[in-house]
Amino acid sequence: MTSFESFTTSINRRAFLNGTTAGIGSAVLASMLAHSEGQESSSSGRWEGVVNPLHHAAKAKRVIYLCMAGGPSHLETLDHKPKLAEMNGKPMPESYTKGKPIAQLQGRKLTCLAPQHPFKKFGESGQELAEIFPQLGTVADDICIVRSMVTDAINHDPAHTLMNTGTTISGRPAMGCWLNYGLGSEADNLPGFVVLASIGRFGQSQPIAARQWHNGFLPGRLQGVQFHAKGNPVLYVGNPKGVDRARQKDVVDTVAELNGLRNGLVDNPEIATRVQAYEKAFQMQRSIPELTNFADEPKHVLDLYGTKGADGTFAANCLMARRLAERGVRFVQLYHRAWDHHGNIKNTVKGTAGEVDRATAALIKDLKQRDMFDDTLIVWGGEFGRTPMAQGSGRDHHIRGFSMMLAGGGIKGGVTHGATDELGYESVEDIVHVNDLHATILHLLGINHKRMTFRFQGRDFRLTDIAGEVVKGVLA
Amino acid sequence: MRRVLTTAVLAGMFAANSAAFGADEEKVDFDRDVKGIISDNCFKCHGPDDKDRKEDLRLDTREQLFAKRDDHFTVVAGKPGESELFKRIVSDDEFVIMPPPDSGKTLTKKQIEIIRKWIEQGAEWKGHWAYTSVERPAVAKVKRAGFVRNEIDRFVLGSLNRKRVSPAKEADRVTLIRRLSFDLTGLPPTSTEVTDFLADKSDGAYETLVDRLLRSPHFGERMALYWLDQVRFADTAGYHSDNHRDVWLYREYVINSFNQNLPYDQFTIEQLAGDLIPNSTRWQRIASGYNRLIKTTEEGGAQGKEYQAKYDADRVRNIAEVWLASTMGCCECHNHKFDPYTMKDFYSLAAMFGDIQERPVGRQAQTAVPTKEQLAKSQKIDREIAPLRAIMNKQTPELDKSQQRWEASRDVVVAPEPGKQPKKDSKAKTPQPPKDVLPILAIEVGKRSKPQLAKLAAWYRTIAPELASTRQKLAVKENEKKAHQTTIPTTLVSTTGNKRAIRLLPRGNWLDSSGPIMSPAAPEFLPNMKLTGERATRLDFARWLVSQENPLTARVYVNRLWKTAFGEGLVRTLDDFGVQGEVPSHPELLDWLAVEFVESGWNVKHMLKLMVMSGTYRQSSAVSAELRQRDPYNKWLARQNRFRLPAETVRDNALAVSGLLADTIGGRSVKPYQPAGYWMHLNFPKRKWVADTGENQYRRGLYTYIQRTFPHPSLLAFDATSREECTANRSRSNNPLQALVLLNDPTYVEAARVFAERVVREGGKSDAERLQFAYRVCLSRDVHPAEARLLTALLNKHKAQYTADEKAAAELLSVGQRQTPDGMNKAELAAWTSVTRVLLNLHETIVRR
Repeated sequence: MTSFESFTTSINRRAFLNGTTAGIGSAVLASMLAHSEGQESSSSGRWEGVVNPLHHAAKAKRVIYLCMAGGPSHLETLDHKPKLAEMNGKPMPESYTKGKPIAQLQGRKLTCLAPQHPFKKFGESGQELAEIFPQLGTVADDICIVRSMVTDAINHDPAHTLMNTGTTISGRPAMGCWLNYGLGSEADNLPGFVVLASIGRFGQSQPIAARQWHNGFLPGRLQGVQFHAKGNPVLYVGNPKGVDRARQKDVVDTVAELNGLRNGLVDNPEIATRVQAYEKAFQMQRSIPELTNFADEPKHVLDLYGTKGADGTFAANCLMARRLAERGVRFVQLYHRAWDHHGNIKNTVKGTAGEVDRATAALIKDLKQRDMFDDTLIVWGGEFGRTPMAQGSGRDHHIRGFSMMLAGGGIKGGVTHGATDELGYESVEDIVHVNDLHATILHLLGINHKRMTFRFQGRDFRLTDIAGEVVKGVLA
Repeated sequence: MRRVLTTAVLAGMFAANSAAFGADEEKVDFDRDVKGIISDNCFKCHGPDDKDRKEDLRLDTREQLFAKRDDHFTVVAGKPGESELFKRIVSDDEFVIMPPPDSGKTLTKKQIEIIRKWIEQGAEWKGHWAYTSVERPAVAKVKRAGFVRNEIDRFVLGSLNRKRVSPAKEADRVTLIRRLSFDLTGLPPTSTEVTDFLADKSDGAYETLVDRLLRSPHFGERMALYWLDQVRFADTAGYHSDNHRDVWLYREYVINSFNQNLPYDQFTIEQLAGDLIPNSTRWQRIASGYNRLIKTTEEGGAQGKEYQAKYDADRVRNIAEVWLASTMGCCECHNHKFDPYTMKDFYSLAAMFGDIQERPVGRQAQTAVPTKEQLAKSQKIDREIAPLRAIMNKQTPELDKSQQRWEASRDVVVAPEPGKQPKKDSKAKTPQPPKDVLPILAIEVGKRSKPQLAKLAAWYRTIAPELASTRQKLAVKENEKKAHQTTIPTTLVSTTGNKRAIRLLPRGNWLDSSGPIMSPAAPEFLPNMKLTGERATRLDFARWLVSQENPLTARVYVNRLWKTAFGEGLVRTLDDFGVQGEVPSHPELLDWLAVEFVESGWNVKHMLKLMVMSGTYRQSSAVSAELRQRDPYNKWLARQNRFRLPAETVRDNALAVSGLLADTIGGRSVKPYQPAGYWMHLNFPKRKWVADTGENQYRRGLYTYIQRTFPHPSLLAFDATSREECTANRSRSNNPLQALVLLNDPTYVEAARVFAERVVREGGKSDAERLQFAYRVCLSRDVHPAEARLLTALLNKHKAQYTADEKAAAELLSVGQRQTPDGMNKAELAAWTSVTRVLLNLHETIVRR
């Protein structure tokens, strides 16, 4: 058999570590650190972000975004409209709706539907919430309600895309990717952007798409990673059958050593990065099962959230979010796919509220008792709101006015910001567009939204596209 | 050789340090050095968009740049001190300085110096390179034995000489065959192919190899993969419920076209307007499915008008990016800030496609596209059915009598009283007529109207004993027809029809109908389009794209072919040939290639062959520290590039090495293993991924089913895209998720254990021989003793463990669908699987050098 010439000739050019391989693993790692390419990583191997130093002092270090997917009705949750109750069953005045976008009610007779649940004042601030949120009521003084949200997209999919990326055109990075791009990661063995999703029992479970946490044109390492309740918590994190941790380690170590030998020969910084990726992957194989198993959580904490364990419910995901936040994950996004209440809204909105009320309040209380509330920003809200007009016994999608909640780092608690008109149709006071919300989130994290850009196809792109003003009224 | 190169490099470095610019770069080049600074910092207010223009000053035209304004000139050639532009950028008055402080833009000292030099040197001005017509430049008369093999090398060497850098030496032959195989077929060479190539000492060995690879049917697959990224081909609709649609025939068209070397102009015309070509063929109509690859919605409550606007914009964005490398998407809402595209251009181009029939909201109608044989068979069955139908439809005196007998024999059925159901007659021996026939029977025979008689007779023929055998024959034929129809594939095609009125939408707002209705037109600043009728058609537009006069199409595509062979373009911004894009590293070479392409009859294989035959292509990708420092991104082409394989190729390679890869070409999309539950957030309807069995489990990655909202996670980890927008330049990330995939995805574990079977079965008797075999199959090279020591240690350790733990061995060998053959030693196989898993995880395995 003739020798394949490639390898043998190259060997003559360079000594091959005199045939010894002892301790090569650590040598490889050392050379890897010296070779990390450009901006890709710091000396610790961590991505440190492009907004370094920060544009201004940050109020929050991380974000937990509770995405109430489907579009919660502001009229049964956060925006009290007594006038709408008076108008119940009467035609919706055309002056409100003429020429405005409309979804499933296209061509139908538009009739007012009274709020289906009473509101109550909570806390010292007297913050008004619907009574279907008794637990949120106990943290009312920590919450800021924005009642003047507007968005541009009236169907679920594009509306989510706008809410996450600042535009309805696909291919742009999600907010969590932008934050990690700007600020870097503080988590050694975890992704900087984690997504969790739960399904409710009361509303329609509208589909979501992986595009909502995709890195778009940003580097692939910034993409959001979905955690799953069933099977492997992170895809492919479990060893193959018949391979225990020790055997997996043997394989990973041998890969590292061989890659190291190769790097000694061809001197390619990409190899060093690859070795590092394997180190991290192997560590994730240990850290993620530990993280996603709630064995170390005391019963009173489980009770606080109202969960029995990591079962993929919204409550369990809230607890998981706290655990991720503790470990330095920059952006945790929870989807609760349950808020699309086209019919029987009286019962369905109450049911869905019941699924999130306790856990949301628990998250705030838990973060507080761990001194993390002040540097964690919590965002609660859907991709749009719902019409003051009836759709049978439910409500249709609505984008001209809806509500969201903010709490935690840098947010003024116990206040409301902005207002819709008296029927809850149109935002009329201190209007907050999705781009403004993004600008505000970035601001709280120490980023000037106009200055964090990424050049793609000749243009400097931003999360806020071409708009966005920081909403001063919600800042502490 | 090495020493020479080093000296040359050092000489070059000294030269570079002797002045602000390199020795040969003393002269400022407008395209390369100046234009980017001005466009980036000034065009937002002084560029092509007249909406935001300040002081009515624009700096993107020669006329305005050198015009007199009031008492001054913006630029005076040779005199920076008299040029207002220069005075402004060096001013220390915050009200005078440009760019203004609130713009967030500032010029660096170096940039200011470049502007100064440029003006001082005469302020040479050129129109944007990509928009000027293409002419064939003269080839430099340079020589270098062992490097220059064709014209490409002369251009490259010319510029290297100016930088005093030598090209790299030719790569070794193993590297060359691996490189060529991956670049031209997306597959690794087999060890026999490597041995044969090494043994072929003839002068033409390399060319023989190139020709073989260009003839391989896998060439079309490899080329299709990149094309499908650009045209955003996927198996699902994209929005919301993201339901399935059949478009796989379009993929087949693309593969076949590359394999048959269909000229690129024809390829273009067929996709944009295949249906409009007179007497269009089946494949041309399938090709026109390109226009239907947009994302569509079925969501209840979606407004047709809104989504139609989205679809129109989707098309314009994609066409502009695929063929023109232009970011026209900006013009949906405003005139382009940097390039001369306008909103009018955007909506005029949208109007070009306004004839295509589609549903704004809802499931898109599929079109059956039978093959010739299928069509012939359908016609044959129809011909057989026709006489049988004729018999069935004809009333005869004989049938009249039969019917009378039947009526007489039948117990009298009383017509139902109003509001009551007719009584059922349990004694009836023949089938009861349907509700609409029954009342006729109650009418006295003589009083029945003509239509009533006909209706009753028609029904009776369905039970008449006289027609029993005809009915049976007809049923057989109709079943045959039905069965045959299910074998006829369907796809989305372009169908022309009523032209939708497409308005210019102010600020892209679909609710605003105040804009004018647009006539179809090509972008105004580009050469005129020839029309065949009064109104421009898609066919006119497609022909315009590939006309001699179009300055972009050929340049854009040869640049992408260059990427196919070098991993990067001569213009790095493969998707942006506009003012903000990068300038070509070798502008003359790019133009030479573009002209060659057009003059060769848009011959894709010819161009690729030219590229891979060049000395430039054959260079080693090894790089010295010095050269890496001077030219970190290899813009000078003094070496080849090395880069990670694309997602699909990473998988194809593992399957090929293991021997599992199915080499069938074309067909429907397939479903390899995917983690359970990954699709749980799809809805309307809920769906379950069912992994394919048999050969379809092991098809190439380009056949993997693409669900746009949840693309296969294993491919996604390696930067495959969701195919929602044009991707001309996939990113190549290097991250831990990739490690998890290669280590744990059952696809790779199964490939490793089947590879291990091969090693044990075919590799020889001793472990040393087997390891050598594994290296030759996987990496086309011999294993080094240091590597062998590490892997042998691993092998022995795991052999001992798996011998002691038979259950673990059996479990590992049960990953995937492929059965382990009887009679093989399971512990040994499991231990070898550890070794082959290592090999499939090596950086070297997934990198093309």
